[in-house]
Amino acid sequence: MTQPDAALALDDDALLDRLQRAAFEYFVREYNPANGLVADTNRDGAPCSIAVVGFALSAYVVGVERGWMTRADALARSLSTLRFFRDSDQSGAPFATGYKGFYYHFLDMHSGVRVWQSELSMIDTALLLAGALTVASYFNASTDDETELRAVANFLYQRVDWHWAQDGQPTLRQGWKPECGFLNYGWDGYNEGLVLYALALGSPTHPIQLSHYAAWTATYQWENLYDIDFLYAGPLFIHQFSHAWIDFRGIRDDFMREKRCDYFENSRRATEVQREYARRNPHGFRGYGEDCWGLTACDGPSDAVQGATNEPRRLFGYAARGVPYGPDDGTLSGWAALASLPFAPQVTMRAARHMLQRYPEMWPDEQYASSFNPSLAAENCAAWVSPGHYGLDQGIVLMMIENHRTELFWRLLRTCPVIRTGLQRAGFRDGWLSA
Amino acid sequence: MTTIPPALPAPEHVASHAPNDAAERERLGYVRPPDWRNPTPPARYDLLIVGGGTTGLVAAHAAAALGKKVALVERRLLGGNCLNIGCIPSKALIRTSRLYAEMRDAQRYGAQVPADIRVDFAAVMERMRNIRARLSRTVSAHDLAAAGIDVFFGAGHFVGPAELQVGDATLRFSKALIATGGRPDTPQIPGLDAAGYYTNATVFDLTMLPPRLLVIGGGPLGCEMAQAFCRFGAQTSIVQHWPLFLPREERDAAQILSDAFARDGLEVRLNTKVVDVRVENGEKLVDLVSDDYHSTIATDAILSGTGRLPSVEGLGLEAAGVAHDHHRGVHVDDFLCTSNANIYAAGDVCLDEMFNDTAEASAHIAVRNALGESQERFSELSIPWCTYTDPEIAHVGLYVRQARERGIPVKTFTVLMHDIDRAVLDSEEAGFVKIHVREGTDHILGATIVARHAGELISEITLAMVAGVGLRTLSRVMHPYPTQGEAINRAAEACLRSLGPRDDTTL
Repeated sequence: MTQPDAALALDDDALLDRLQRAAFEYFVREYNPANGLVADTNRDGAPCSIAVVGFALSAYVVGVERGWMTRADALARSLSTLRFFRDSDQSGAPFATGYKGFYYHFLDMHSGVRVWQSELSMIDTALLLAGALTVASYFNASTDDETELRAVANFLYQRVDWHWAQDGQPTLRQGWKPECGFLNYGWDGYNEGLVLYALALGSPTHPIQLSHYAAWTATYQWENLYDIDFLYAGPLFIHQFSHAWIDFRGIRDDFMREKRCDYFENSRRATEVQREYARRNPHGFRGYGEDCWGLTACDGPSDAVQGATNEPRRLFGYAARGVPYGPDDGTLSGWAALASLPFAPQVTMRAARHMLQRYPEMWPDEQYASSFNPSLAAENCAAWVSPGHYGLDQGIVLMMIENHRTELFWRLLRTCPVIRTGLQRAGFRDGWLSA
Repeated sequence: MTTIPPALPAPEHVASHAPNDAAERERLGYVRPPDWRNPTPPARYDLLIVGGGTTGLVAAHAAAALGKKVALVERRLLGGNCLNIGCIPSKALIRTSRLYAEMRDAQRYGAQVPADIRVDFAAVMERMRNIRARLSRTVSAHDLAAAGIDVFFGAGHFVGPAELQVGDATLRFSKALIATGGRPDTPQIPGLDAAGYYTNATVFDLTMLPPRLLVIGGGPLGCEMAQAFCRFGAQTSIVQHWPLFLPREERDAAQILSDAFARDGLEVRLNTKVVDVRVENGEKLVDLVSDDYHSTIATDAILSGTGRLPSVEGLGLEAAGVAHDHHRGVHVDDFLCTSNANIYAAGDVCLDEMFNDTAEASAHIAVRNALGESQERFSELSIPWCTYTDPEIAHVGLYVRQARERGIPVKTFTVLMHDIDRAVLDSEEAGFVKIHVREGTDHILGATIVARHAGELISEITLAMVAGVGLRTLSRVMHPYPTQGEAINRAAEACLRSLGPRDDTTL
């Protein structure tokens, strides 16, 4: 019996346990004990991604809860990580680690300095801090180490100058580089930034204001698509990332009150839209169906020719794939489908089982590959598969399975004062915020 | 005794660099007759119009139809941008470029790709000139004169609040309309002037296809021409300062356009500035910066499509007491009246919406208001527009962002073109119909359509908005099957399902 066959023979809970454990192993393996950094991917020479570190910190908590890691080990890893960021170069120089409390997106795994000339990333810093606040909420004992951990996490959070990250604009900017200042990206519309705004609003030191949050939500698009009303965003990860930490069930900001919905329900609907799009499969890609979907930001096949220009493109490499407007080149992410588990358990489990059974090649070493493309089948009929594994993919799978099983992260972050304050300042009310 | 003014020499800036073929001679014969003699003005005109483009022509005919004595003053060519260097020549080129794209894509239609697809660019431009000449017949200077309109060629400038000088003639007026349109807004880039570049004013004079073309600007003109020239076979790059094309449009529309460009093989540089241009070994080297990434593109020709500015220079507006500036143009109120109560303005010279249809509509409003026939507000117009890329992007009314900024709760009914039978049949599946309504009602606030023929489809929505028809009512409008207009019907049906059949929520 092959690995996927053996896994598929398990009942849902056992299968989820296996999928979750496999994802957890990524963070065990791709960790540098010298500084607590975690690699973006397991490809040779991959740098650290600060967002992946945020997922890793959260993963350690799952490890303790499920007996896959000792509390002491998880604490030591977390402390190592947070101490590194506390002591890192915050000068904003081209080879520093951060600036104004934010961090460059990609860091050298060993030295911890900026690599790839990457940007100081606001959203990735937020994901890192969400992980830091997670461990700070979890490790609540009064031992010296756990006390230090909470203090460092609080220090890191309070050091962030969210107000600066607006660059005088109504909304938060996406990135900054020492070479050119704030980046000129259009980052309008609903995106994964809910957790970013919650953190920025909750800050006791450099907060942004409700009007800034309102300026962001003013760019939302509420659409009726396939007879489903939802807050539109194309790639699936947008509907998932903030939900890994924050329980959006039953709490509503002004926008969601107007729409008589909440962000959790919205993610369920977004999952339905993905399914419906894949069922309709407008571009006729192989494999797509109501149990085979998951268009999101991911690695993918590319037909770009090195050094060539003006070549017609059909395959988009690493891109934020989305529905219904694309880009769509036939590339799907199994992990993205599974990460919708809390929103739509039944359809998600069915899709997870179908994709594992039909395309076992996209689950190499029992961890989801970033993506697969059945339309680019090899001679043996196996789908094209993105090589290696990405930390973000493993992290979101691990956390969303845990939320589905135990609501661990939602429970933890409900107790986090800055999250509560940030949400309330954003106008969220009702639900668990009323308690 | 009346002195007959001499025939006017064609000024240097009227000269076209297009081939002096029969089509060009025909066109100029209509829009700037070589033997034209300016008439002798009467003591006073009821309406004097400065500018003989779309706005001025529409206004002249409208005023003449009311029995008014009208003068029309044109500095260059009748027909203005639209006929000579705008909509008409560009859409003629786009049609041919679509044909070439379809030939290369013939397999998608189950047809054979022709063995040897060679672009005869000279023939493309000749067709354009023939069409332009044919359509210029409707803007004949002689026909205007026959309609009782005094046509003056020459640079007119106000010399007082009720006087305009053209050459030696002083034209006095009771009312005037400024309709001088716009001109290309060329970017200030070091080396660009020395290297040479085309704008919409000159690109249609080309007779040979540049092997490589770099387009500066991702607005409507830049996008349309970049795609067309790419499809003609020019190795084309488009550089856009903003993160997406057509910054005014919905980002999903711009995303679909970006994908279409990628499939055409257009080299797309978004979020990128042109910082320097130089010429080395006969080729133009264009230096680009995207955030901190520096690069250089070598090209044979540069097209500047960075937008247009209102034409207010040399008009003597100060003498007429007409407030203006170089970016907004002539300042007008909602009735299109300037700071001089006897002078109105219409079209590109005073409006944000620099479209031919808006020029026409504003001309009618300005004439009626100026001549005391009515008091109409420009803001009450529902203005549609379209960018004629493939797929086309058309819009009318409010965008979601505008509605939300005004505190209007908005909901969008979206139908994908790939769900419409006729779009599938025609392999024209890229795009969507989005109709925005006030949340909880079927009151249409606006719409965006991205489709091969979006410009045709948007009119149904415009009609509904002008007539105050709610979206649900459109579900009762039968559309011939199969047509792409069914997408609007589908959106209306979705609205009906969402709201229920009652009509009292329209408003």
